[in-house]
Amino acid sequence: MPIDKFKKLRSTAVPLPIENVDTDQIIPARFLKAIERKGFGDNLFRDWRYDQKNQPVKDFVLNTPVYSGEILVAGENFGSGSSREHAAWALFDYGFRVVVSSFFADIFKNNALNNGLLPVQVTPEFLEKIFDAIKKDPRAEFKVDLENQNFTIAETGENFQFEISAYKKECLLKGYDDIDYLLSLKEKIEAFENQQG
Amino acid sequence: MFDKIWDAHVVHQVEEGPQVLYIDKHFVHEVTSPVAFLGLENRKLSVSRPEKTIATPDHNVPTLDQALPIRDALSRKQVDQLTRNCEKHGIQLCGLNHPWHGIVHVIGPELGITQPGMTIVCGDSHTSPHGAFGAVAFGIGTSEIEMVLATQCILQPKPKTMRINIDGDLHPGVSSKDIILYIISRIGTGGGTGYFIEYAGSAIRNLSMEARLTICNMSIESGARGGMIAPDEITFQYLAGREFVPKGEEWEKKMAWWKSLPTDDGAIFDKEYHFNAEDITPMITFGTNPGMGLKISEPIPSLDSIPPSKRETFRKSLHYMDFNPGDSMLGKKVDYVFVGSCTNGRIEDLRAVANLIKGRKKAENITAWIVPGSKQVEKQAHAEGIVQILEEAGFKLRQPGCSACLAMNDDKIPAGKYAVSTSNRNFEGRQGPGARTMLASPLTAAATAIAGYIADPREILEIKMY
Ligand code: SF4
Repeated sequence: MPIDKFKKLRSTAVPLPIENVDTDQIIPARFLKAIERKGFGDNLFRDWRYDQKNQPVKDFVLNTPVYSGEILVAGENFGSGSSREHAAWALFDYGFRVVVSSFFADIFKNNALNNGLLPVQVTPEFLEKIFDAIKKDPRAEFKVDLENQNFTIAETGENFQFEISAYKKECLLKGYDDIDYLLSLKEKIEAFENQQG
Repeated sequence: MFDKIWDAHVVHQVEEGPQVLYIDKHFVHEVTSPVAFLGLENRKLSVSRPEKTIATPDHNVPTLDQALPIRDALSRKQVDQLTRNCEKHGIQLCGLNHPWHGIVHVIGPELGITQPGMTIVCGDSHTSPHGAFGAVAFGIGTSEIEMVLATQCILQPKPKTMRINIDGDLHPGVSSKDIILYIISRIGTGGGTGYFIEYAGSAIRNLSMEARLTICNMSIESGARGGMIAPDEITFQYLAGREFVPKGEEWEKKMAWWKSLPTDDGAIFDKEYHFNAEDITPMITFGTNPGMGLKISEPIPSLDSIPPSKRETFRKSLHYMDFNPGDSMLGKKVDYVFVGSCTNGRIEDLRAVANLIKGRKKAENITAWIVPGSKQVEKQAHAEGIVQILEEAGFKLRQPGCSACLAMNDDKIPAGKYAVSTSNRNFEGRQGPGARTMLASPLTAAATAIAGYIADPREILEIKMY
């Protein structure tokens, strides 16, 4: 499935200042029984969002109307644990296009990139600045410019140059996916197999 | 060793991008694969090399009454879908009740599908155990499963390398699970991120194949892409004669390649650690990530000893567990004991448990779930009389599957209850909403099941403490 093209973005953000947010929290295992890729956003952060009686937990950020937007800002080591791609689907399905953290788990990063969700890794200091900006004003806006690999705090203009592989950037901007690319290498792959014997 | 295997599988280097890596073996299970097969269908593609793929339903399946249809409709649907996908694409399936059925990472090694020098992937983060044979094995996401099904290749940036050396002799009562919990408690849950780990040193060399699998299994808990151990005589002896292992001349040919794999002397790693095996004791976790582990006799750290930036996470974690800083872990009341999973659901693990509980009785307050990793483990446990020892002590052996490791089936720890578990993750809700998990070795789990509270296996085994 080709992914959505990633466009320039200006949005408010949802803060989740917790470290080691693992994929079991992003989407608990009991919601992985679907055989299609849709509707996972409803169960995003399920066990933090709803209590055991299925009532919304009032002070959880997704239930606090002051926070909204297409950007999630989270603590260090986001997306650790299980390889479930459902975590990236759930974030995307819920409406997030960008996740910011000072550190991402490897598999999560790949999964996010494969689904048009941009992981932006910043320094711990810059992450603090973002959290501070949201604390000061929950409606604070941020700009994400993938072309120039730039993340900006709109009000102060402070910005961060983030890294992304040139190949992945191209894929996101153009909406290509890896499978199309690999299929185009068919002959090379066959030649490799023959030589391996 | 990592470079030798990886580089031998690179088909193409994308300019300023990842490498195209050829995959020798692809394991598939029911939970992460349906969307990948669907994607294949939408593109009107078929599986490019079905003979290099092997499938088993394990995450969702019940561990009782496996001969009956699965009661949970959604689970049944996923398992049926896997069967249909395998039939359609000509993929070997080790379905429920098949003599080879089991947890994907248990059956790969025991059938000899996993071999040194291979590249192995699976849509499951715990694909790392296969690395214990000297293979490059790592977990992938669903989009990547689709890539491998369609092309037998995957796009990957090459990870950095790390070596962790453990030298010296392990104390009695200390097992490979304790080694890996110890390592993660030292390097942290992000300490391995971006790396592929090689475990080396005399303590690793002396471990059995199954014990090595346990160590490599939890590499991902340090954030690493995977873990590996150089193949040696122990590896070759384990493999000889297994179902999928080449025989005769082909075996000799493979051996030549396998023997060339170990890391050359003087090789440089991007990062290196040294630990002393004698410093390791039985370990247990007290928090909600696998890095929050302790020597079993140590108290939970005080708030002051935690760096300020980490205190919020620490506090939240203890709140979830309902523990206090300074608490002793020994003696804490426990409700459930789970022995199983791809970390510790093999025959040696069951032997260790049987050895400890023989002639003793399970404590009344404990509900124990003992779940073999595969049909073959189950069969062996019957043959060796382990099942009888378990039953005499008040335990029961269930049927193979992931079970309470991730609680997708009915084996859920109830909210607020405490479980000592031999699995690999103690995340909030991992073993059921609100469940409180403490990770430990099979010996510690068995000692706890007998005592009714967290117990040091060395005391029950009457090993003199140093
Ligand atoms: S036993 Fe647990 S860790 Fe292993 S494959 Fe199953 S769910 Fe994953």
